[in-house]
Amino acid sequence: MKLFDENINTAKDLTEIKKPEFLKCSECGREILKELVHSNLSTCVYCGYLFRVPAKNRIDMIADKETFIEIGAEKTSTDPLNFPDYPDKLEKAKEASGMNEAIITGICKIGGYKAGLAVMDSYFMMGSMGQMVGEKITDLAEECTKQNLPLIIFSASGGARMQEGIISLLQMSRTTAALNRMHDAGLPYLSVLTNPTTGGVTASFAMQGDIIISEPKALIGFAGPRVIQQTVKDKLPEEFQTAEFLLKQGMIDRIVERRELRTVLAQILSLH
Amino acid sequence: MQAYIPQADNIEISAAWKKVQTARMQNRPQSRDYINALCQDFFEVKGDRCLGDDDAIVTGIGRINETVFTIIGQQKGITIEEKKACSFGMANPEGYRKSMRAIRQAEKFNRPILTLIDTPGAFCGIKAEEKGQGTVIAEHLQLIASAKVPVIAVVLGEGGSGGALALALSDKLALLENSYFSVISPEGCASILFKDSSKAQLAAESLCLTPDDLIKFGIADDIIKEKPGYSRENMAYTVYKVKQKIKEYIDELSSYSGEDLVKRRYEKLLNMKGFNN
Repeated sequence: MKLFDENINTAKDLTEIKKPEFLKCSECGREILKELVHSNLSTCVYCGYLFRVPAKNRIDMIADKETFIEIGAEKTSTDPLNFPDYPDKLEKAKEASGMNEAIITGICKIGGYKAGLAVMDSYFMMGSMGQMVGEKITDLAEECTKQNLPLIIFSASGGARMQEGIISLLQMSRTTAALNRMHDAGLPYLSVLTNPTTGGVTASFAMQGDIIISEPKALIGFAGPRVIQQTVKDKLPEEFQTAEFLLKQGMIDRIVERRELRTVLAQILSLH
Repeated sequence: MQAYIPQADNIEISAAWKKVQTARMQNRPQSRDYINALCQDFFEVKGDRCLGDDDAIVTGIGRINETVFTIIGQQKGITIEEKKACSFGMANPEGYRKSMRAIRQAEKFNRPILTLIDTPGAFCGIKAEEKGQGTVIAEHLQLIASAKVPVIAVVLGEGGSGGALALALSDKLALLENSYFSVISPEGCASILFKDSSKAQLAAESLCLTPDDLIKFGIADDIIKEKPGYSRENMAYTVYKVKQKIKEYIDELSSYSGEDLVKRRYEKLLNMKGFNN
């Protein structure tokens, strides 16, 4: 008889149980189960702190159910410079994230409106932009131009990927070219800044949107705060490089709460 | 994978590092030297009509080989006073905005644009961030990419990151023999990736930042040879070579309409892909 077998964990089974992963909230310091964080809009259940959102979760938050069709999922860096330790780092990033690159691109519907959607993933090598990140953006922008669709890019990046040197830098020009073509075709490009958006990404497509919105408290800048700190050797102003400060400076259009992003994007799309 | 450790006898490594060192040399001719040598009737335009002026970027109008150009050059400064005024060649948002003003005028008067690149990078500081350093470089890229006039770029020395790239998006890109173009300074790369700023040589080699590398990738069009002993006092030969190259480029580019130039520029950029080791 096998009455109880299915419910009893043997010693062997116990060792196989996945260790629960915890994320520490940078605001209140509490440790929260990773699954719990990401099932709650990647928000701290205690203090509302906004964790960085994995690209897949972001797509679930923004796209209408089962409408997202991915483009270029297979694309992955080729290590064009033969850079020391890079293949190793790439492998680790791929394993940890289950993604091939630091961005997911595709076409979906948002509140019923069809649009291109690109979402960077800061958990993959800090969302850095190399050849393939650039290529996935230009491919999507070109597809939007072809299909007459608006484009939305969620930026989350430490900047250009150093391990791809000049080829990373080149992506700033290439994405500009593809977005300019969309611009010439009269198509809207909405840029959404999330924590963090810095370096070559800030100095190219992130700041080229017809409309630029940001999540609250996101770090947005060209040079990283640590680099500036080292240079000026002075205390940085309190709100320096935050979305709230950029709004005051006239650099962005609006700060939108995470739970309202989908509605606001749909509203903007409906106006174009 | 083990990090690749450079050997003292590795000629390739010393070559990349040597380029970086030579590109930074004190007595190397700068944008103003080139402007003076290339054209006799240069008229400088100043200010961005919004925030102020920036000596790190020189803009103006001048005639080179019978063609009137809009010239945009990055200047590091010669004397200590000038260096300070130029922030050592690191432009602030007002510099890039002034450059954008020059680009708009070039389009209005159908003048080709010549950019001279020589910067360690865009200025990094509190004010620069507050005034939108990232935004202004992003907008500069948009504007120069869509300019309906020929755009020629020459890297004189340092091509440092986004601050240099803003002026390098062009129809033709030439580099002086001892110049470099990189996403980050070798020192910065060494301290971030190799956790050791003394590994700048290894970083310089790994970053593929030499003119030869850029030609190999198809990102640059030509390398302009320097005469041995090239310096501010001894630059006539190299200026002559640069002038010849500009003429060659402009002869080719003037056969296209403004619309075609932009179309070709976008196509060229979008076809720069599939890089492999």
